[in-house]
Amino acid sequence: MTPAVRTALFGGASIWLLGLIAALAVIVPAMNLLMPPDSAFHLSAFAVTLIGKYLCYALLALSVDLIWGYCGILSLCHGAFFGLGGYAMGMYLMREIGDRGVYGNPDLPDFMVFLNWKELPWYWYGFDNFGFAMLMAVVAPGLLALVFGALAFRSRVTGVYFSIITQALTFALMLAFFRNDMGFGGNNGMTDFKDILGFSVQSDGTRCAIFVITAIMLAAGFLVCRAVVHSKLGKILISIRDAESRTRFVGYRVEHYKLFVWVLSACIAGVAGALYVPQVGIINPSEFEPANSIEAVIAVAVGGRGTLVGGIIGGVLVNAVKTFFTGTLPDFWLFALGAMFILVTLFLPKGVIGLFKKTGGIGVKLPGLGKLASGAAKEAKP
Amino acid sequence: MKRIFAYLLPVLALTAVLSAPIPAAAQAGDTQAEPATESPPESASEPAKPSLSALLTRLGDASFDEKAAIVDEIAASGDPQAVPLLRALSGGNLYVRASDGLAAVSKGEEGSETYTSLTGDPVEAEGLEKVRVNNMLRRKVTAAVSRLGLLSPKADVRLTSARAAFLEHDEEMLPLVEEALAKETDSGVKTALQQVRAAIALTSSGVTDDAVVAAIDVIKDRGDEDARNLIKPFTESENAKIKAAAVRAANAINTSLGYWAAAQNAWYGLSLGSVLLLAAVGLAITMGVMGVINMAHGEMVMLGAYTTYVVQDVMHSIAPALDTVSLVVAVPMAFLVAGLAGVAIERSIIRFLYGRPLETLLATWGLSLVLQQTVRTIFGPTNKTVISPSWMSGAFEIGHLTVTYNRLWIIIFSLAVLGLMMALLRYTRFGLQTRAVTQNRRMAAAMGIRTDLVDAMTFGFGSGIAGIAGVALSQLDNVSPNLGQSYIIDSFMVVVFGGVGNLWGTLVGSMTLGIANKFLEPYAGAVLGKIFVLVFIILFIQRRPRGLFALKGRALEG
Repeated sequence: MTPAVRTALFGGASIWLLGLIAALAVIVPAMNLLMPPDSAFHLSAFAVTLIGKYLCYALLALSVDLIWGYCGILSLCHGAFFGLGGYAMGMYLMREIGDRGVYGNPDLPDFMVFLNWKELPWYWYGFDNFGFAMLMAVVAPGLLALVFGALAFRSRVTGVYFSIITQALTFALMLAFFRNDMGFGGNNGMTDFKDILGFSVQSDGTRCAIFVITAIMLAAGFLVCRAVVHSKLGKILISIRDAESRTRFVGYRVEHYKLFVWVLSACIAGVAGALYVPQVGIINPSEFEPANSIEAVIAVAVGGRGTLVGGIIGGVLVNAVKTFFTGTLPDFWLFALGAMFILVTLFLPKGVIGLFKKTGGIGVKLPGLGKLASGAAKEAKP
Repeated sequence: MKRIFAYLLPVLALTAVLSAPIPAAAQAGDTQAEPATESPPESASEPAKPSLSALLTRLGDASFDEKAAIVDEIAASGDPQAVPLLRALSGGNLYVRASDGLAAVSKGEEGSETYTSLTGDPVEAEGLEKVRVNNMLRRKVTAAVSRLGLLSPKADVRLTSARAAFLEHDEEMLPLVEEALAKETDSGVKTALQQVRAAIALTSSGVTDDAVVAAIDVIKDRGDEDARNLIKPFTESENAKIKAAAVRAANAINTSLGYWAAAQNAWYGLSLGSVLLLAAVGLAITMGVMGVINMAHGEMVMLGAYTTYVVQDVMHSIAPALDTVSLVVAVPMAFLVAGLAGVAIERSIIRFLYGRPLETLLATWGLSLVLQQTVRTIFGPTNKTVISPSWMSGAFEIGHLTVTYNRLWIIIFSLAVLGLMMALLRYTRFGLQTRAVTQNRRMAAAMGIRTDLVDAMTFGFGSGIAGIAGVALSQLDNVSPNLGQSYIIDSFMVVVFGGVGNLWGTLVGSMTLGIANKFLEPYAGAVLGKIFVLVFIILFIQRRPRGLFALKGRALEG
């Protein structure tokens, strides 16, 4: 029951996971680049980017797990942080096109020429530089999360209220990015990318390199989250999740802890988005749809909330199932997704991980995470 | 060239206001059961005058002067059915067959015209000859059409003609206007005619300064955009007296137009607010009273809308005569369908998740996806149309405010639903039990209230109200599987803004958001206006995390 025990119990699984990610990072590119195309072991470029996409979703699910599983904050706007990171990468890739666009304008992206814009808007300055763009992929979602979180946590907006206004936030962002005047390509978003750091985004080598980087970032994200939840800070986060008022009365500045982990989680989601865009080759406002954020949440619930490994597994699993259904039985996907939501919340509160690990995992021994979260609320009432 | 346009204008205006386009009038037999054009004998009942078709037939081989006389005769007949035929004549679409004197109207592209007789029957093109017109004749026709309109026995026709004449304010119409004014008894039409006279005075030469000032004063009272445009040139007048009057009038018009624009916005806002109220009020029950976050609430609205569609379809096939009341029948049906669905959801899913609001949110979101896909599978992804009954279509005007009947009905309906719900919660046994369970579940159970039954009934009630909202929304929006989704976020905003668990808060919240949205739209555009409202709510929640009217719900604070 003590946190120390949980840490020890959790050591094994994470080593397995890191090993699996490392193996993927080696085997997938090797099967694509080294095997001849007619070999049974050859992996097509499509499959490489598909697996890479799953890893991006896993990183997104990891960030949701960090905030929901360990701090009890249900965010319905992580898709927006993901999208903002993606837009930062998309803006860099647009600048990389240079004068190779349809209109051949060296100074402006195609959609601005199309809208008769004469000058590059100020917020596009600096995106020619890869380093700056990557910094923005982390800073932009982080900054939004900082402002939003500071306002919300300071006035103690919690629980369902917080979830609903995060949903309103991503909805507002979606409406905003749909506008042409915003200068982010409006409805169509950004696409037709040519190259990244001088390497063609279409070539197999670049795809494999991006895949390896994605795997490395997933592992790094996992390690960062693991370091956070296993530190003293992480224990305070769990106590906030389980009994927020009590933690506050003990003397911790609850909102500071929440804000830190909230911003960290948003930054990780931003990184996931930035890695996602060069692999799928497009970014548009539909990334901000509330449904996307909720899909990330359900991935965490499926995998196993409150276990970082579970978040990653859920992210891959849900999206793999999605690919399967949308490919073979498109009409059935929404049924499957909806059923997943209902069945997991009713019968599988510990997720897939809970099936395999009867004991262990942080908080699993406690009588249901949700009950505790609301237990904290009851406490708050006089 | 300009001249021709000047004459075509009133004709076009009349086309619009008389709402009797040429084909419809030409096919009078089946579309318009007006006796006058159906057969010559009808007109022959007035023996002193030759019938309309006889007059038209004579047009065939007449000279232009004779044609002008015939047009004058038609104008003098005062037969309103002559208007579309005169317009056909002026447009060169009137044909006469020399052999049997049959008159026909053509329509369609040149080279592929079809011809219809005055009774609406199709006519062979053989032997038909176009009635030739010149500008003199066109002028005559225009005058005749104006005359028929302004001297029509029907007051509403006279009014629309006078309004059209105001826009045209042709100097040559002055004698006609004077004549009509002398005969006029209806005060509304009289005012309109006086305005026409004033408008003519303002635009024609050789009018005394005093007359101009008087005309400006008359036109000022119209207080609309057209009046402002007429007066505008005089604000630069060299005559100090005229200039002063014109500036005063222009300012008065601007002020009144500003008020009317604000009133129109407020009306649109109220209308949007009432839609939000309908969608949110059921949510206020389930979320506010029960503490359940039901993300499938929008799908309850959608179920209600589809129920309306099915009821309309079934009633149309069984008893087409009852089409106008199918909407009334749909209200209780939608309540039942959505309410039963709500009870089923509560018993099968939500009751296992009480006290776990975040899990409830996820499970009901999943449920909403399943419901949407189910409906899409059954009814198909395309929009279904629900026809508005006649008593809900159309509009009327209060000053410069256009009020459509369906919006008006929905505002009344939403307020009625809210009032009914409040009364139900306040005065019935069910309401008493619901409130008791909300306030103290254990104590209520100890008093012998079956709390789980009350839970199921309350949830069913909230869902049923959502179904009723669906009936109303089917009148404004497309009935599609995504209908509910477009309202769910707004509804949550209303409930959160108004304060959870308070129906007054829901009323104030929905109306405030509706009006704020509509007032922001002209300045910021529809999308940006919506974003502003969302940002405002997000900021508002910071200040008052429990909404405008805070009440304590059951375990909602997670």
